[in-house]
Amino acid sequence: MAKTLETPKTFKPKMGKKELELLSKLTDALGVSGDEQEIRQIVMDELEGIADEMRVDHLGNLLVTKLGKGEKRLRVMVAAHMDEVGFMLIKDEGKGIFEFRVVGGIDPRQLVGKQVIVGRDHVPGIIGAKAIHLTTPEERKQTLPVTQLRIDLGPGGSAKAKPGDRATFATKLQVMGPTLCAKALDNRLGVYNLIQLVKNAPENIDLLAAFTVQEEVGLRGAKVAAFSFNPDIGIAIDSTPAFDLPHYDGEENTLYRTHLDGGPAIYVMDGATIADRRLVDWLVDTAKAENIPWQFRQPAPGGTDAGAIHRVREGVPSVSVSVPGRYAHSAAGMARIDDELNTLRLLHAALARLDENILLRQE
Amino acid sequence: MTFELIPFLKEMLSVPGLSGYEKPVRDVIARAWEPLSDELSLSNLGSLLALKRGEGPEPRPTAMIAVHMDAIGLMVTAIEDGFLRFTQVGGVDPRILPGQPVIVHATKGKEAQDLPALVVMPPAQLLPKEAGTGPLAQTYLLVDTGLRPKDVEKLVRVGDIISFASQPEELAGDTIAGHTLDNRASVAAATVALELLAKRRHLWDVVVDATVQEEVGCIGGFLDPIKVKPDLAIVVDVNFATGPGGSGSMNFEMGGGLPLNWGANVHPALYKAMEKTAETYEIPIYKDFSPSMSGTDAYGIQVAEEGIPVVEISIPLRYMHTPVEQVAIKDIQRAGRLMAEFITDLPLDFMNTVKWE
Amino acid sequence: MTEKKQDTLLQLIKKLVETPGPSGQEQKIRAAVREEIKGYADEIRTDALGNLIARVGSKKEGGMRVMVSAHIDEIGLMVTHVDDNGFARFLAVGGVSPFTCMGNRVIFMNGARGVIGMERLEPGKVPTLDQMYIDTGATSAKDSPVQVGDVCGFERPFMDLGKRLVAKSMDDRIAAVIAIEAMKQIKKTSPNEIYFVFSVQEEVGLRGATTAAYGVNPEVGIAVDVTGVGDTPKGFKLNVKLGNGPAVKVRDNSFIADPRVVKWMVNEAEAQGLPYQMEVLTFGGTDGRAIQMTREGVPAGCLSIGSRYIHSPSEMVDRDDVENSIKLLAGLLNNKIELGEL
Repeated sequence: MAKTLETPKTFKPKMGKKELELLSKLTDALGVSGDEQEIRQIVMDELEGIADEMRVDHLGNLLVTKLGKGEKRLRVMVAAHMDEVGFMLIKDEGKGIFEFRVVGGIDPRQLVGKQVIVGRDHVPGIIGAKAIHLTTPEERKQTLPVTQLRIDLGPGGSAKAKPGDRATFATKLQVMGPTLCAKALDNRLGVYNLIQLVKNAPENIDLLAAFTVQEEVGLRGAKVAAFSFNPDIGIAIDSTPAFDLPHYDGEENTLYRTHLDGGPAIYVMDGATIADRRLVDWLVDTAKAENIPWQFRQPAPGGTDAGAIHRVREGVPSVSVSVPGRYAHSAAGMARIDDELNTLRLLHAALARLDENILLRQE
Repeated sequence: MTFELIPFLKEMLSVPGLSGYEKPVRDVIARAWEPLSDELSLSNLGSLLALKRGEGPEPRPTAMIAVHMDAIGLMVTAIEDGFLRFTQVGGVDPRILPGQPVIVHATKGKEAQDLPALVVMPPAQLLPKEAGTGPLAQTYLLVDTGLRPKDVEKLVRVGDIISFASQPEELAGDTIAGHTLDNRASVAAATVALELLAKRRHLWDVVVDATVQEEVGCIGGFLDPIKVKPDLAIVVDVNFATGPGGSGSMNFEMGGGLPLNWGANVHPALYKAMEKTAETYEIPIYKDFSPSMSGTDAYGIQVAEEGIPVVEISIPLRYMHTPVEQVAIKDIQRAGRLMAEFITDLPLDFMNTVKWE
Repeated sequence: MTEKKQDTLLQLIKKLVETPGPSGQEQKIRAAVREEIKGYADEIRTDALGNLIARVGSKKEGGMRVMVSAHIDEIGLMVTHVDDNGFARFLAVGGVSPFTCMGNRVIFMNGARGVIGMERLEPGKVPTLDQMYIDTGATSAKDSPVQVGDVCGFERPFMDLGKRLVAKSMDDRIAAVIAIEAMKQIKKTSPNEIYFVFSVQEEVGLRGATTAAYGVNPEVGIAVDVTGVGDTPKGFKLNVKLGNGPAVKVRDNSFIADPRVVKWMVNEAEAQGLPYQMEVLTFGGTDGRAIQMTREGVPAGCLSIGSRYIHSPSEMVDRDDVENSIKLLAGLLNNKIELGEL
């Protein structure tokens, strides 16, 4: 048995002014699947001079290597997807009115009456709907399909944007007591956490940080990133829904997925991955040893980058850890600052005690 | 002139080549490509790869052109009183099937035989009540070879494939109609490119790949780039043309130009380079918005191994996945020329400009 | 076959079908298979995802590197929530139908047992899985022997009906049996290097075979799996029938079997004088697809065993089909493989 490595005592994550600034920069930026440049640039600026190697691959993944020290280091890939769900303009109807399509999974009922930003210049726009006075009772029973909605940039807006531009909700991050409220917490929280992990990388492993693209349209970035890194272990860090709301008729909610304040959500199984049990136990044991609150994400559909990573080459034992968040894939989600910090603490502590023995355990 | 576009296209449209069973069309394509390329080879699953070497110093970069050659069709699932029940290979709308002439490729006899046949609709009294007037589900349709039951039993085996029998036809306005213009129109375009390149100097190696099994899940698209290991890939497939049944904001005029895919499957730098080539050579293009997924080989190639930058050109086509698909010859020629110009102009250090920004 | 041989075959089937091993929890069935193949393989290893890979022979002149894949996982359930009264809600692991759940018995990997109950519904309504629960006998969440994430399989003893055999996990343990028995018949004269892969996580998306095939890097591959049959009252219209011999897959919903492999299998069956039937399945998928999609592509097919009531606790196969499948598979692997023209 190799010695158990101590967690460096110096790493105590907090959410101060500086941290919030970085997080809000990440959540407020526009990074719709296929156009993640703004996020990639923020991450590159943050990690300049810290990483041993940093490169952008053909799909736009930012692949960052932070080497450890000592012998027999595990190559651990930690992936956080940079992209968010959003929109693409597809037709200029003149006078700043654009037809658009959704990128990734957004419930069309979330769209009407929202403010948006369009393109790299973040041109402000709105998604309106017919005045209630002009609608018939029959119409009001129908969901408005995306094909009938328009993004309106205002007269003259046609000069400021063009079809093909991406758009997203215009929400800015705000702190509401113990809670972060922002768009794209899925998965800028993961991106934020991965930045912090690279900055405070434990030395017992080679940390292969993959800031991936196109997760929301089918785990594309993670697939090629994992092929490039060829790691021993894969960890996807993401944000997962907390459906911890009351049931409409007061019944017990047994499909909560996760709870806010429950701590980092450790995956056992989702629609794309059955987590490696050795890695699940490692995370749970770490949480218990470090007195970090934790929860299992209820086994349920959905997927993370682990779904692509574990199937690459000859297979990669993989697991996912998420910050629980309410109202993902809408204009504004909510997550607890405590859950965010505990997720980061857990990941750091777990990585710091990782050694090759973890994969020797046969079941 | 070793190659004439319309006769070649018609020949391709006159042979089967269902997903997984591409040999008949592959043989036709191989005959056309052999004199235009330096080397022909097959992938493990039967994609046809034509290599045309460039003049740059070794190791040269490689551009791959991917065009799927497989066709949609039907497959025998059961034999009942001499009639054949069937399922689909690829996506066929069963509403186009009643009365359709087909060919059953029978393999049970000593010699394989092609049997002409019809897809037939049983009379209403032999169907459930609700099937009397509405669209008829595929499970109720039958294929009739005209042969007696005992002969059918001798010749046809469950698993035999059935292809569309319609013959290609030139229509007004330099258009052509037939089955499987999806995607043999693109194979023709790639052949136009190969022919132009055969007479030109270019620095890059080019591999033109007639891929297999696109219609059942982009199989060649996923696998072939791992064999070819290209630096970049150009995918050509068909797209929905404006016309009866297609008048939305995602349709393109037949003969009006080439839709260029803009979306998550393609590398924006390659898009821009291709757009610039089109502008330089005055080839009309459309920006084709495919926000998430193009549903073509582009996806398979994009995520192969460490990832490959892809650009996608399409050819507007009416009545997709029917036996009377229609395209404009002009668009095929344009697509071929656009690819040839793009490749001819590729400098050796081109990949240094393919950046995410 | 002699009486004694029959008995050992039945014993092996009973042992494998009664060992639990839902997807992702294949440790027990993997150990059971490993014990059975000890002494018959030249090399045995377990890969990163838990596939058990056994090599027999090495490639000789004219031989090929062949992968045979039989998945050892089975469908099961995973606990998603334990309520205050100790009832465990669950999610399906693989394709579990609510039809087969009510009143069924399950066994957890930690040994805990339970029965499945459901909420009260209007008469005639079919419940969804989230209207059902596992009752482990617990009286509260505190004394529940299971927690969120724990996995169980269905519990049902093997049943020998003579010509027909019934068990909860014929899918795909009967294929593991066929692969093991074929492995025992591989001759020293076989020119082929054969990798018997006992794959994991097939029921959740062919995941194990995907990574195993990458590692094995075969030149040709055969999955062995069960397939639906068309010989029950008002059932599916399918060509395959119980007892009509091993089925040669032409296609299913996951892949089109390589025509060269189809031909190879048909030729071998005819050469041995074995009954066989052609299979065209319009649903379902097998490890054959995973093998086909490996690296630059691999010619792949599937030897199927007709089975009634797939994904129920009473999957039924025909004993003659099993024995003929063993002969067919052994024959395919013992001889020089002629794949013919593309």
